[in-house]
Amino acid sequence: MKNLQFAPASTCKTTCPYCGVGCGVLVSPEKTGGIKVKADPDHPANLGRLCSKGTALAETIWLDDRLLHPQVNGARASWDDALELVAQRFKGTIAEHGPDSVAFYVSGQLLTEDYYVANKLMKGFIGSANIDTNSRLCMASSVAGHKRAFGTDTVPGQYTDLEQADLVVLTGSNLAWCHPVLYQRIVAAKKANPKMKVVNIDPRRTATSDIADLHLAIAPGGDAALFNRLLVEIHEQGAVDSSFVGQHVDGFDDAVNAASSCDSTVTGLSEADIRAFCNMWIGTEKVVTVYSQGVNQSSAGSDKVNAILNCHLATGRIGQPGMGPFSVTGQPNAMGGREVGGLANMLACHLDLENAEHRSAVKTFWAAPDMPEAAGLKAVDMFNAVAEGRIKAIWIMCTNPVVSMPDADAVKAALEGCDFVVVSDLTADTDTAKLAHVVLPATGWGEKDGTVTNSERCISRQRGFLPAPGEARHDWDIMSDVGRRMGWHDAFDYQSPAEIFREYAVLSGIAGQLGRDFDISGLSDLGDDAYDSLEPLHWPVTAIRAGGRFFGDGRFFTPSGKARMLPIHFRTPQSHPSAQYPFRLNTGRVRDHWHTMTRSAKSSRLSQHLAEPYLEIHPSDATRLGIAPADIVRVTSPQGASLLRALVTDRVHAGQVFAPMHWTAQYASAGRVDTLVAAHTDPVSGQPESKASVVNVEKFQAKWYGFAVSLAKPRADTAYWAQARSGDGWRIELAATDTPEDWETYARTLLNAPEAQAQIVQDPKRGGARIAFVQDGRLIGALFVAAEPVQVARNHMAHMLGNVAEDALAGRPSADRPDPGATICACFDVGVNTILAAIAEQKLVSVEQIGAALNAGTNCGSCRPELAALLAASHVQQAAE
Amino acid sequence: MSRNLVVIGAGMASGRALEHLLQVNPGAYDVTLFNAEPRGNYNRLMLSPVLAGEKTYEQIVTHDADWYAAHGVTCRFGEKVLRIDRARKVVIGENGEVPYDKLLLGMGSTPFMIPLPGRDLGGVIAYRDLEDTQRMIDLGLKPGAKAVVIGGGLLGLEAAAGMKARGVDVTVVHIMGHLMERQLDPAAGFLLRKALVDRGIKVMCSANSQEIVGENGHVTALRLADGTELPCDLLVMAVGIRPATKLGAEAGLTVNRGIVVDDHMVTSDPDILAVGECVEHDGALFGLVAPLYDQANVVAQTLLGQEARFVNKEVSTKLKVTGCDLFSAGDFADGEDREDIVLHDAAAGSYKRLILKDDRLIGAVMYGDTADGGWFYNLIRDGADVSAMRDMLIFGPGYQASTPAEPYGGLCSLTG
Repeated sequence: MKNLQFAPASTCKTTCPYCGVGCGVLVSPEKTGGIKVKADPDHPANLGRLCSKGTALAETIWLDDRLLHPQVNGARASWDDALELVAQRFKGTIAEHGPDSVAFYVSGQLLTEDYYVANKLMKGFIGSANIDTNSRLCMASSVAGHKRAFGTDTVPGQYTDLEQADLVVLTGSNLAWCHPVLYQRIVAAKKANPKMKVVNIDPRRTATSDIADLHLAIAPGGDAALFNRLLVEIHEQGAVDSSFVGQHVDGFDDAVNAASSCDSTVTGLSEADIRAFCNMWIGTEKVVTVYSQGVNQSSAGSDKVNAILNCHLATGRIGQPGMGPFSVTGQPNAMGGREVGGLANMLACHLDLENAEHRSAVKTFWAAPDMPEAAGLKAVDMFNAVAEGRIKAIWIMCTNPVVSMPDADAVKAALEGCDFVVVSDLTADTDTAKLAHVVLPATGWGEKDGTVTNSERCISRQRGFLPAPGEARHDWDIMSDVGRRMGWHDAFDYQSPAEIFREYAVLSGIAGQLGRDFDISGLSDLGDDAYDSLEPLHWPVTAIRAGGRFFGDGRFFTPSGKARMLPIHFRTPQSHPSAQYPFRLNTGRVRDHWHTMTRSAKSSRLSQHLAEPYLEIHPSDATRLGIAPADIVRVTSPQGASLLRALVTDRVHAGQVFAPMHWTAQYASAGRVDTLVAAHTDPVSGQPESKASVVNVEKFQAKWYGFAVSLAKPRADTAYWAQARSGDGWRIELAATDTPEDWETYARTLLNAPEAQAQIVQDPKRGGARIAFVQDGRLIGALFVAAEPVQVARNHMAHMLGNVAEDALAGRPSADRPDPGATICACFDVGVNTILAAIAEQKLVSVEQIGAALNAGTNCGSCRPELAALLAASHVQQAAE
Repeated sequence: MSRNLVVIGAGMASGRALEHLLQVNPGAYDVTLFNAEPRGNYNRLMLSPVLAGEKTYEQIVTHDADWYAAHGVTCRFGEKVLRIDRARKVVIGENGEVPYDKLLLGMGSTPFMIPLPGRDLGGVIAYRDLEDTQRMIDLGLKPGAKAVVIGGGLLGLEAAAGMKARGVDVTVVHIMGHLMERQLDPAAGFLLRKALVDRGIKVMCSANSQEIVGENGHVTALRLADGTELPCDLLVMAVGIRPATKLGAEAGLTVNRGIVVDDHMVTSDPDILAVGECVEHDGALFGLVAPLYDQANVVAQTLLGQEARFVNKEVSTKLKVTGCDLFSAGDFADGEDREDIVLHDAAAGSYKRLILKDDRLIGAVMYGDTADGGWFYNLIRDGADVSAMRDMLIFGPGYQASTPAEPYGGLCSLTG
């Protein structure tokens, strides 16, 4: 964070790069050379609020692990050589094997302008639809559900609906940790409106459950059955809005019939709870149903979405203040990506690839030589194609599929076997970039300039306030350069993101004319200055309309103009627990980390909350398996294995376990939980079922457990390790099956302290060891080892790093011991204060009694006169009192 | 009518016994106290601080003339006892005999002098009393004076450090591989040696003395078995003590290495009791002060007709050399059934070793940071089960809170 060159003279208004809430932040330079990040009080998404991750943004922009120049096969290369190689390899592969032999795998972290160029290059010029995005892992089921019901991928409502509602249903969403600012808005709204109720539907009890009036610990995958039951109750209780349904909805009867045949006991909920929920929902007109990954990441994700949408359509509770279904997105620009056609089955501006009219309009607009006619490969299929050699060259931008994809080891193997892998990212230290032939240094948050769209269709600017470090370039610029090198000079002759944005706004106007929802043609003439100063705004933006809710007017984007209710049949998750794999594995996020941690793990503060990967397991299961709290557990599935810390808690049901999805091989030896996840997908959306794999859990039989802090980055090679930044250094957890011959030697290597002075405690029979390294009187590292999970006050040690090393080996602060005072008994080092306190408290009257109590005076006896004097003085004082 | 108690030897053990006796029942006995040294009881343990110039003799006197007068003790200081006539129950001194009803022997010990050639030369002394101390103090007045101390135990090192503090060029010659081998393990002995060498004391371990060389009846050097000659003006032998048993043996009391006493501190003659370094109890001899004080209390009670028994407990040792903080207690020999917890701190130059057996602390050796010595000593003495506190045991009483005040008891890095 030192010596950053802050470009603007004063405060920069920009947008947080984390979740889909899309909060505005104000960044200003600090005199120390760093930056200060504050919430933007005027941004409609957060209105002055910010979560822990956003607050810590300043701690994530230092250049420590940044890639500053291109690399080819691990060696530094010039941009010219690297991009020429990329262009020629892609061209050559296409020439030999056709356009579908190449692919782009992009990211909801990209800005809309980057995304637009990627999509244009692949779909318009390379001539393949093999561009997909990590949004496939996150939002694809919502996209599919929206399209099936509304005819387009449209979020009907806006964040203010959460505050205007009288009932907010949070299903498949740990909003408190994953979208904290929306959670805070609901908390505030609930406080202001005491009749407002919150229902939380989640197999786990989470931080979000704290505000819930009703928590429904639904069986994994049971959402469609619950909302089917709700639909039946809506019908049976006469809560259907017949007028709305009659005029604006198709498929009502089929949907209700299908729902009627659905068995709601598969939800695992009591009939009383189901009724309570249905009655609340039906009895509260202003109801918003918020849903997120718990709904989307499912082999029935699209159906779950439509089961929810059915209920809102049947009651007409959509597109009105305080009511409607609400998909909240995981990524900062998942929505922007959807808008520009980042998914393999879409064109730009919510146009459909498989619609000839749409295709033709875009082809003409782009002056594209060749356009694919069918959808490309969705993420899981794309990496399968890589594995099978059908895709021979892939360019991965700003995402880390070796960590985030299901069956992640298979993805890793696929990339290892791929002829040509290009990765653009901030750093070469990602699990994916380590497999790339070419790594291209891209700019990151604070350097990039463009737009993002949040979960409520609000477009806001991310602005650069720092120069690109080293030779890093913007993603749109890198891709445009490759486009030109591949021969498409005019189409990719972009000079600025504003230019790209304008082109895209013009295209959205064409989409609008074709009857699509996404139309920002009102911004087509936005000048560079106006683009620079663009305030957050909700789309659409046309000559006749700006923002607002969709569908309140009953107008939808289907050919008939009516919404579609779908008949939904409950399907269980595709993996089934068995004797071999008896547990259902749920995955999700933690409060203070973001995705695969490339940014959030650079912040010590964010790394302290949960500084290692873990598995939530129910106490009854843990007891049965002999797993104690803080043991390491080995989790296996048909796909892979992980080693995680056991977090024994009744937050999860027996038979279910939960693990966070963030940890990578950069931060943990075996924490990539997506290696456990089966690559089952939703047949409509292609979204993987990330939350319902089956696993086995057993105690990892460690010979020793360790914890270390270190100023130098640790170099662990144990079976289990998990490291996190801490202060100016690192903290690391360890567990292993082999015991080193000599702990001091081992610690010197692990903590990179070959010369430092050592403090050592060893208990060889018990297997305990503690080693602290001191340089110039300061603690530079410490390792604590025990045969059981080692008990150390970890935060205390983390704070001690770099400070005076006194009592470091104790690994915890000493109890509040009063100052013993000047030594009276030198043999036993007994101080005057200790003696006076004992005289008073234990009512000692003789030197012998002092000796019995404190040993003082019982050895050489030379202090006995002083003891006697202290006794006399004390008793005089007592008498005076 | 009070009876006659005669006490032979005004040392620390008998002094403590008298103190106790006279405090509990001042009228029980008429006391006569013999002492070969021409003075009363002083704290012999504190001779080293006197030598080092940290205390004066007056400061270490425990019982002065006023005290004896006030308590009615008849003092016969500077008078040797020639004989005990048990048949007549009299003690025969140089100046006449004194009848006793009860006799308390507290003759202490005599320094052991290695029978080296030349040991009778002038300038060859032990380190036992104020006279020896004064010889060493006087040596410091002579510019360029050299001294050799044979014996790297507690007393020898205190003598060496004291003389060094007075400007004497001192060499310590020790026959064993490391210093204070009875109290320290080799690692602590090494640290101690380093600290002494750092302050300018020469230390030679595994060194065999062969001959004391002299001129004109006065020592000039110590010659070692390897031929090395260490010139010196004074040679101090501090290689151990022998119980002073001569009077007792001649009187026909049961004597092994020391005068044998039972748990009540009574010798083979029911009217003769013994206390301190001259006794042998249950096969053990005594050199450290703590058990002597226990004996003194027991003997006083026995004299008063009260039931009391002496129990030999673990002792702790502390070297009184300023700047060399070491502490040793209990048993620290290696053994199959013993477990060690060891702390080395190279930066601070400190060392701690705890010896456990059957989940109990049986020994402790510390060098550098001895602040918790008393706490460890109590654990050894009480035989407390330390298994629950084992991980944190070596860090002392300040760290014995059951779990760190952090989430999950500080067992992992999860706090959420």
